[in-house]
Amino acid sequence: MPRWPGWIAVAAILSLTLGTLALVAWRAEDSFGLGSGLGPADWAAVRFTLLQATLSAVLSVAAAIPLARALARRAFPGRGLLITLLGAPFILPVIVAVLGLLAVYGRNGFVSQGLSLIGAEPISIYGLTGVVLAHVFFNMPLATRFLLQGWLAIPAERFRLAASLGFSASDTARLLEWPMLRATVPGAALVVFLICTTSFAVALALGGGPAATTVELAIYQAFRLEFDLSRAAFLSLVQVAICTLAAALAFRFAIPAGFGAGLDRTRQRWDAAHWTLRAVDTAAILAATLFLLVPLALVVARGFPALPDLSSATFAAAGRSLWVAAISTALTGITALSLALLIQSLRRGAQLVEGIGYLSIAASPLVIGTGLFIAIFPFASPVALALPVTAVVNTAMSLPFALRALVPALAEAEAAHGRLADSLGLTGWARLRLVLLPRLRRPLGFALGLAAALSMGDLGVIALFADPSEATLPLLLYSQMSAYRMDDAAASGLVLIALSLLAFWIFDRGGRANAHA
Amino acid sequence: MLTLDGCRIVQGDFALTADFAVNAGARVSIIGPSGAGKSTLLAAIAGFLPLAGGRILWTGKDIAVQPPGARPLSIIFQDNNLFPHLTAFQNVALGLKPSLRLAESEAAQVRDALARTGLAGLEDRKPSELSGGQQSRVALARVLLRGRPILLMDEPFAALGPALRAEMLDLVKTLAAETGATLLMVSHDPADAKRLGGQTVVVAEGRAEPPVETGLLFADPPQVLRDYLGD
Repeated sequence: MPRWPGWIAVAAILSLTLGTLALVAWRAEDSFGLGSGLGPADWAAVRFTLLQATLSAVLSVAAAIPLARALARRAFPGRGLLITLLGAPFILPVIVAVLGLLAVYGRNGFVSQGLSLIGAEPISIYGLTGVVLAHVFFNMPLATRFLLQGWLAIPAERFRLAASLGFSASDTARLLEWPMLRATVPGAALVVFLICTTSFAVALALGGGPAATTVELAIYQAFRLEFDLSRAAFLSLVQVAICTLAAALAFRFAIPAGFGAGLDRTRQRWDAAHWTLRAVDTAAILAATLFLLVPLALVVARGFPALPDLSSATFAAAGRSLWVAAISTALTGITALSLALLIQSLRRGAQLVEGIGYLSIAASPLVIGTGLFIAIFPFASPVALALPVTAVVNTAMSLPFALRALVPALAEAEAAHGRLADSLGLTGWARLRLVLLPRLRRPLGFALGLAAALSMGDLGVIALFADPSEATLPLLLYSQMSAYRMDDAAASGLVLIALSLLAFWIFDRGGRANAHA
Repeated sequence: MLTLDGCRIVQGDFALTADFAVNAGARVSIIGPSGAGKSTLLAAIAGFLPLAGGRILWTGKDIAVQPPGARPLSIIFQDNNLFPHLTAFQNVALGLKPSLRLAESEAAQVRDALARTGLAGLEDRKPSELSGGQQSRVALARVLLRGRPILLMDEPFAALGPALRAEMLDLVKTLAAETGATLLMVSHDPADAKRLGGQTVVVAEGRAEPPVETGLLFADPPQVLRDYLGD
């Protein structure tokens, strides 16, 4: 297998992450020269970024613990469906979820209307509350899956032994569950913290103002509203520092594996039969289901009646989104596969190359976007290149997840069939086509589905570059929401959620269908 | 007396019936072909599997309605008898109090149990720092400490070599004789049953037969046992 595609991928990733960073640093020197540094507003953005990420991490994990415990020790109809649903926020467009949360907790939402019926003040979702709420909505399911994995990693024999010794639920908690949580909770919380430090779309839609601006949002504002490229570049460096710090912290702890299979089991538990524990678990499951489903159900319910009034602008935006997602998905597939094959073929330095593939976890899309703007600006109009740039940045964002799925699967395929393939003289393209790709169908389908859905729903770098008349569907949805055209927004939201889920389903399904076990 | 009164255990399309009694203080081996349901029978007595019918009586009281930890028995599994993150002392102390909050007199009891199984001085070791035989002794020390009248063993000491296994069986015999415990041991090895002496229950073809004197059974084995033994 030739290695050059892999090396090209390595070069592309390095220029996208470290290269753009160098450009940004070079541009930011201007502001050092002017001696401006960080103003009070910038410090406020740093503080808010850290505060909301900390709160989001703590609340997500705190809410995840009772839910994961309930899922680990109860078998009930719909359990598998609920666990699948816990994976859904990952491929759900952020802006659609925000739309749903507004329908529940917004000024004219369910909760506020209920409060006004009893004469109470409506709640306000904008600012810290809303940002944290949306982050918990997205990350509590993720944390739950991490912790559930921890619970299911406790061998069934331990619970059997515990039962034979007559452990009560609190004995089990202290001697079995608490040690597991102590090992998994810090990693889960740090992953959520890391994700929330780069949050842009949520802050754009629900934050803003001096009290609720994240650094990512401040970059966007410096760029779009103040046309101050130096300041945007300087803020980008701040953002990179925060991300690097968070990522370094996260990697110090064992990061739980994200997409582990086998969550469909439960442990038989003899200590949890008491009705109060049943009630606690039932409450945790019901509350989580309502918390996750009601906002989405409202998007669907409000979107359907407005569908006939879909404007041609929506169709055009949907077309652009499909185009971006298609390019990004293809790029992700090619890049991830080339990299995985390179990593597999290297005797030394494989870990380093894999590490480079994960670099973009710590990079922020807006920083990459700012760097690309600086790079493109002298030669062409960045606005004209908004869509290709978005596709490329989305590829960088999807790549770590694709690698995570492909690298172990490829190693497994080589371990299982490599010797036979060697003995038959299967090399190069034939080995890839006949031996490896068939074994990689499932993880590849999953990775491509994830890339397609992430790209379809992305609202990040496109906001930085695009002309409003050339918006993708998430950006159009955002502008409809900002203009309080809620019916249009609901219809666009429904189309966007359908396209995202469909994109994921097509690829993931394609990986599974007719796949030989 | 431990009475299995018309017990019926169903798992999918597998069913096992047992209808016999074992005298208090008896030593009973349970042997039979693999997959016949030896471990299933033990799991049902221990409370890990529900009965589809029948009762399990101990001194006239139905214990099948109790949760596993409340039944008047201790069980030693084939493996995983110890928590790997707790010390030998803690693993034994769990038999007294799962809270591990021990009074000094109770800690002395734990040390005494460890000493009786030959583990004095190894209290602070984790299971990974103990040999296979020592791990089995920790489990036995906990059985001693719990002082339950019935001891179930599911292919115990399977990970040990023949000599060590014989040594452990002798230790079990001694401890059972001291405490007067009723012993039920599943084994796939007839040598274990002969070493334990006492009686033997043959499990085959969906039935657990009433116990027979082990010596008599092997002197004139019934057809199912002959098929299993292969002679």
